Amino acid sequence: MSFNQTLLIAIRALLLNKLRSFLTGLGIIIGVAAVVAMVAVGEGAKDQMKSVFSSLGTNLLILLPGASSAGGMRGGFGTQPTITWSDLDAIRQQVPTARYVAAVLRTGAQVVGDQENWGTTVYGTSPDYFGIRDWKTTLGALFVDSDVRSGTKVADIGQTVSDQLFGPGANPIGKTIRIRNIPFTVIGLLAPKGQSPMGQDYDDCVYVPQTSFAEKIQGGLRQFVSGITEVSADSSQDTAKCEGQIEALLRERHHLRSGQADDFSIRNLTEMENASQQGMQTLSLLLSSIAAVSLLVGGIGIMNIMLVSVTERTREIGLRMAIGAKPLHIMAQFLVEAVTLSVIGGLIGIGLGSTIAWRLAATFGWHVSLRPDVMAVAMVFAAIVGVAFGLYPARKASRLNPIEALRYE
Amino acid sequence: MPESAGVPLIEMRGISKAYQTGGVPLWALRQVDFEVPRGDFVAIMGASGSGKSTLMNLLGCLDRPTSGRYRLAGRDVYRTDSNGLATIRNRYIGFVFHTLNLLARTSAVENVELPLVYAGVRARTRHQLAVEALQRVGLGARLQHHPSQLSGGQQQRVAIARALVMRPPLLLADEPTGNLDSRTSLEVMALFQELGRQGVTVVLVTHEPDIAAFARRIVVMRDGAIRSDLPNVSKDAAAMQAEGQLVEPR
Ligand SMILES: Nc1ncnc2c1ncn2[C@@H]1O[C@H](COP(=O)(O)OP(=O)(O)OP(=O)(O)O)[C@@H](O)[C@H]1O
Ligand SMILES: [Mg+2]
Repeated sequence: MSFNQTLLIAIRALLLNKLRSFLTGLGIIIGVAAVVAMVAVGEGAKDQMKSVFSSLGTNLLILLPGASSAGGMRGGFGTQPTITWSDLDAIRQQVPTARYVAAVLRTGAQVVGDQENWGTTVYGTSPDYFGIRDWKTTLGALFVDSDVRSGTKVADIGQTVSDQLFGPGANPIGKTIRIRNIPFTVIGLLAPKGQSPMGQDYDDCVYVPQTSFAEKIQGGLRQFVSGITEVSADSSQDTAKCEGQIEALLRERHHLRSGQADDFSIRNLTEMENASQQGMQTLSLLLSSIAAVSLLVGGIGIMNIMLVSVTERTREIGLRMAIGAKPLHIMAQFLVEAVTLSVIGGLIGIGLGSTIAWRLAATFGWHVSLRPDVMAVAMVFAAIVGVAFGLYPARKASRLNPIEALRYE
Repeated sequence: MPESAGVPLIEMRGISKAYQTGGVPLWALRQVDFEVPRGDFVAIMGASGSGKSTLMNLLGCLDRPTSGRYRLAGRDVYRTDSNGLATIRNRYIGFVFHTLNLLARTSAVENVELPLVYAGVRARTRHQLAVEALQRVGLGARLQHHPSQLSGGQQQRVAIARALVMRPPLLLADEPTGNLDSRTSLEVMALFQELGRQGVTVVLVTHEPDIAAFARRIVVMRDGAIRSDLPNVSKDAAAMQAEGQLVEPR
């Protein structure tokens, strides 16, 4: 007797009791759908987080002025300026693992072009910043260290700003833009970066040397860095070391005694990323155990219905045995029925789970990432559940005595 | 079956069967010796509860006795395991039992195909053989009907077609005409006699002397033992059918 024949008998038996088969498969359907949907959402969030972190730059430390202690009634980070430009020079010279050190000053400003004007964010920084972001130009050049030293009035602008001020596709190089009425010459058009996962437009920006920014836009060259400072370490292993070195250096420079709190704070993005990854891992472990439990419950449902089915069809089993079915044939028939139920349940579950993930993506704008490997594993599990919980009822059926089975009322 | 030219098809020695009901053994068969040569047509009669069905179940290898030996076509039946018994039932025996009815919600052809399925016959051949068997019992026009769409007599004929489809050497029938009118009964008996002429051994249980009259040998049972076992000058069912057609108006 061929496998196809056995499968056919099983499918027919399931179709004779459509509603019951569906309800029995529901446990598996829900279990698999839950796995597929939750993993899709979880993976999507993970991907999104990864792209947020990688868009910020690799091996990044962020240095903020102001106390890091949460105690007392202090203002938030960056409220009091405590980090000086000479602190940054010291970090540059004395911390060997710090590859790039860039202050990032920013302000919102209305920028005026030939005719158009456009509200955007203006940043004052040094060429190291472009190193951290690994950012290049499509036209023209980035400003260099000598521009920072001499405070030239040059700007590198994002694609969006260029499109808004000079029209889409125009070449902005050499044009003049006015920021707070100060004319700057556009020397570079930054390569488009698109949107952040949060919907922020990376190309809606203007970059100028930090000295020109402090002097012309903020007004008056100051001793303190009135913004954040980004530091990129040589490698991800170095971030913790780099953090420690910067902290020690700044404490010394700020004459802080031991026991006194830092008057600055450092955020290690690599560690934050690792922590968030770990959180995700825990979450997926939790989701997997929920899925495992629902598959188990589904399996018990299958076993229950298969036992009922064996009892109901005792006469049929007797009849099949009388005309030549071997115990193995009967066993195969019921086992295939259980596995068919769980596998079809699994397939429906995959369809349902994908649909749910897709609907969530469409409705809430979540990033979801459907994982074929997870689906395959879920299917294998569903099939194993079918075998494991179908085995006992199938064995029971195959061990019936033909005459007793035929007599069964 | 060359292995057993001189050996009887059925050879039972000292068969006893006890049912355990409430601790007390109930002896449904007591030391039965029973032999049937190839091609014989035996009718088993006897009062209700005399052990006819029990004997038929044992003849059909559906059950094992409490004691005794059974050789079918020269093979010692009780030496084989349940797989072996299944194969014997499939190859050697066709059943027409009133308890052995058809699979519900399954067409006549598919019901008839079942023994072929378990014999591993390919789908196309299977269908062809099943259709032929149904044509032989006069149901060529009811192939796709489900049991619930057939009369009792038609259902019985589907069961006969199923019993015949493997062309087994032994046909066992437990009250095959129980639900049939006299005319259909006559048809069934003519079919059995025709099979007998083709070399099929037929053993049937019946309460009706009219039906037993078609057999070549009549066995009477009482209290789990064979009381008498006599040859019979059988009536010719086919001839009676022909006459009946002459007598019956239109
Ligand atoms: N499964 C069983 N369990 C207990 N006793 C049984 C069982 N099957 C049959 N018997 C008993 O065995 C005896 C023989 O039964 P059997 O069915 O062989 O009779 P029978 O000759 O076929 O009767 P009938 O003509 O009414 O069909 C009866 O007394 C019956 O009660
Ligand atoms: Mg009986």
